[in-house]
Amino acid sequence: MADGQKVYEIPIGPIHPALKEPIRFTFQVEGERIRGVEVRPGFAHRGIEFMGLKRNLIQVLYLSERICGICSISHPIAITLAVERAAGIEVPPRAQYLRVIFSELERIHSHLLWAGVAAHELGFDTLLHLTWKVREEVLDVLEELSGNRIDYSIPIYGGVRRDIAPAQVPKVEAMVRHYRGLLEELLDAFLRDPSVAARTRGVGVLTPEEAEALCAVGPTARASGLSKDVRQDRPYLVYGELGVRAITPRDWGLEPRGDVYDKAVVRLLEIGQSLDLIEKCLDEMPEGEITSFPKIPALLAHLKKAEGEGLGWHEAPRGEVIHYIRLEAGVEEPVAWKVKAPTYSNLMSWVPMFRDQEVADIPIIAASIDPCMCCMDRVHVVRDGSGATLLMEELLKLSRAKTERVLRGLSPAGGGA
Amino acid sequence: MGLSSFKRALWVFHVATGSCNGCDIEIVAALTPRYDVERFGIKLVGTPRHADVLLVTGPVTRPMLERLKRVYEQTPDPKAVVVVGGCGSTSGVFYDSYNVVGPVDEVIPVDVYVPGCPPRPEAIVHGVVTAVAKLEKVAERG
Ligand code: SF4
Repeated sequence: MADGQKVYEIPIGPIHPALKEPIRFTFQVEGERIRGVEVRPGFAHRGIEFMGLKRNLIQVLYLSERICGICSISHPIAITLAVERAAGIEVPPRAQYLRVIFSELERIHSHLLWAGVAAHELGFDTLLHLTWKVREEVLDVLEELSGNRIDYSIPIYGGVRRDIAPAQVPKVEAMVRHYRGLLEELLDAFLRDPSVAARTRGVGVLTPEEAEALCAVGPTARASGLSKDVRQDRPYLVYGELGVRAITPRDWGLEPRGDVYDKAVVRLLEIGQSLDLIEKCLDEMPEGEITSFPKIPALLAHLKKAEGEGLGWHEAPRGEVIHYIRLEAGVEEPVAWKVKAPTYSNLMSWVPMFRDQEVADIPIIAASIDPCMCCMDRVHVVRDGSGATLLMEELLKLSRAKTERVLRGLSPAGGGA
Repeated sequence: MGLSSFKRALWVFHVATGSCNGCDIEIVAALTPRYDVERFGIKLVGTPRHADVLLVTGPVTRPMLERLKRVYEQTPDPKAVVVVGGCGSTSGVFYDSYNVVGPVDEVIPVDVYVPGCPPRPEAIVHGVVTAVAKLEKVAERG
């Protein structure tokens, strides 16, 4: 490329065929090379936390499920864990196993979905159709167990809403067997295929140092070789007993390079891991109750009396999701609710990943972190309609000033920061 | 206007205006082999300027309001709008928020509503086919 070539800006989004959800990128491009990128999220922000503060906790549970239709087990798992900690609710062992089974089923459907989208972004539509065709079988099982293909309403405070009946177990086992046989084929199609490797090796690299510094989570971090998985690091439910180990490209016999290929390695191998976990759960799951509050009115009454705060975490298909909740006695609504979805942590990885890449690789690099905008979108408020951007230092200054004001007993809204 | 081409193929553009992804992945499921709407000539296209039908998912968020109107204007007439999902049809669970404007039909005219949260792919296919019938009626009237 000639020196002194002009730098162009290419805006992409918020509505664009390569994007499944609204977001805007502005790329600085020199010829075919990307020199920089600006990301402007926020288009799918619905103000879910705000809405949740005006509803009772059961309604909040259903709202949390609709933060993201793909993670409609993960968000409810995180919020139920948070509320159970805040309100001192026990979860029967069988329910804990059931939650794990459902969340691993969700991981399988989400990773297959990603694999198909990735194949499509590479221009490999046959593979998209193949993976989405085989994905239907896990959806069949989810529908059989929960009654719905997407949005399952399974976790509820104190347990789960539905049991797996003995007659359903063989269907789940058949699915596990089916996918075991198929996984080898998928690994062939993705990881042993020279054209997939040619398009994904060395593309969109995130070094382990960058992943660490930017706090990447989930498969995005693991593909760079970080052994980071909430199920392993801070076990919850029965994950401790099941013994989950973070999967990195080393499990495929390769040194991690953190490129798109490695992200595919991690996600495909995790399908196998989820199959193992489901099988183990079916084996070890004890008989017993599936919830400590079979009657919703009793549950609501207990929650209304509860006072305290709780944090719930879960390894969603895209990484760590955290819900924080604070309850006050006498009110049905939570007084505080904060959600941190995995994409929120992964978004900044895009910046190093796009650097010096080709324009043609934008779709696959964007897809490689498996972004979920509706999970992470925040709103930003511009005061007086001015377009000023506040950087870290200024925000810190504002924050400290506010603390001072609060300490001095002045109104927190005083300076209008 | 000769519109006999509608009898053969229908091109669809999908816009998400604040959906939770649930409906969006079911739309993709409708396109892939188990449901395979391409056998009816229904195809997803990359720009509203090529589309006969707009598939809209999600309640309309504030930043998407003007953009949705623009996409609607960019879609050539005659066109049909299909709203997929409960939250796009009625706002659903997303009410009382500072950033949600409301259901899609408060922003652009809607022809077909597909209820469900999310609706099954069969229901989405049915919604699009209903839109075809509507477009054909428009074509007959000339
Ligand atoms: S209708 Fe339901 S599944 Fe569809 S986008 Fe809205 S909340 Fe999500």
